Amino acid sequence: MKSRENEINETLKNVFDPEIPMLSVIDLGMITAVKWDDKTITVSMIPTYAACPASGYIKKLILDALNASFPASTNDVLIDTTIHWDTNRISEFGKQRLKEARITPPPFVTAEVTREMLLGIACPVCNGTQTFLQMPFGYTLCRAIHFCKTCNQSFEQFKPLKIDS
Amino acid sequence: MNLGLTNFILKTADDSFIVGHRNSEWTGFGPFMEEDIAFASMAQDKIGHAWELYKLIPAPNDQQNYAEWLAFQRPVSDFKVAHLAALPNEGYDFSLIRHFLFDHAEYLRYEMLLSSSFEPLSHLAKKIKGELKFHTMHAETFLFQLANGSVESKARMQAALNYTLPFALGLFETYEGEQEIINAGVFEGEEALKKKWIQRITALINEAGLTLPDLNTIEPVFGGRNGYPSEHLAPLLAEMREVIALDPNAEW
Repeated sequence: MKSRENEINETLKNVFDPEIPMLSVIDLGMITAVKWDDKTITVSMIPTYAACPASGYIKKLILDALNASFPASTNDVLIDTTIHWDTNRISEFGKQRLKEARITPPPFVTAEVTREMLLGIACPVCNGTQTFLQMPFGYTLCRAIHFCKTCNQSFEQFKPLKIDS
Repeated sequence: MNLGLTNFILKTADDSFIVGHRNSEWTGFGPFMEEDIAFASMAQDKIGHAWELYKLIPAPNDQQNYAEWLAFQRPVSDFKVAHLAALPNEGYDFSLIRHFLFDHAEYLRYEMLLSSSFEPLSHLAKKIKGELKFHTMHAETFLFQLANGSVESKARMQAALNYTLPFALGLFETYEGEQEIINAGVFEGEEALKKKWIQRITALINEAGLTLPDLNTIEPVFGGRNGYPSEHLAPLLAEMREVIALDPNAEW
């Protein structure tokens, strides 16, 4: 029999970001804590960007998923204000999924985001680096648009975002 | 919350809110599609930052939706916004220079706030600084390209810089209660920020090949922090509030 923890984890792995539908809230690193006992489950989450319009909606998606999987339990989703999200929180599996969806995943940022991290980045289709930045802002706050000269087409990059620790 | 801290948070939020709205006015009007999207994205970030800051101000008498009230129902005369923020977009040259001068000031402000004694601000500064990095990179990219483009583009950037500097220096106007903030270690102060900002923009403007006029000969445009808002603020707020003004108590 699966443990409660695994069951909750499985549920959260099936809640996806509406703007990046290949990534679950687990892979994005949006979940900061899960607490449970026999009668209640409380999940803490953090939004990605301060102005992300999807945060409230994702919170609702998580609660709906918990209520569907654990109807007998009293479930709650809290916004964790003690931790900030950055792209270093995205899981390796999540980065692989991004690449499969033809979005170049963000590099792991140790110090600070630099201009170079947006220049000559590898194309997710051909892995070539004969690319240029078309615009640092894309169709959502978290993505930039690049152009691959080898494939002769545009592609997206999940922009690196680093929070000082 | 004391007056100095309230004023500091309000003015920082007001600047983000109003510059954010001005940025959003480029939606559909950018010189090319990518810039249209860039200004719209930065608008979204900035209005998000203003929202986070407004939420730090405690609501009197537990007033509901106080952050929204501060943004959309507060009297115009209570705004603490710098004249720089409220100026109409004019051309893309002016908008870019404002973006460059304003965003470097904000980036440095949040860098200084990382060590603020007021924990909610130091905490928020980490997040906002990370996001603003993309705004300053964007500003620099186009400043450098246009300053090194054609004779006309360089001349227009230089003219926009000369025009905008008095307003930009107005960002560092003192406000009621500033000394308390400095004494309490919340923020090192506008003068300290101004020094860092001058150092930063001087280096970048020189690198871009433009000429920075002698800042000591420029009279800053003050008043915005102390109850004398830009003449452009009231019409702007009236436009932003058109919907809520129809029915201030409507439920959403």
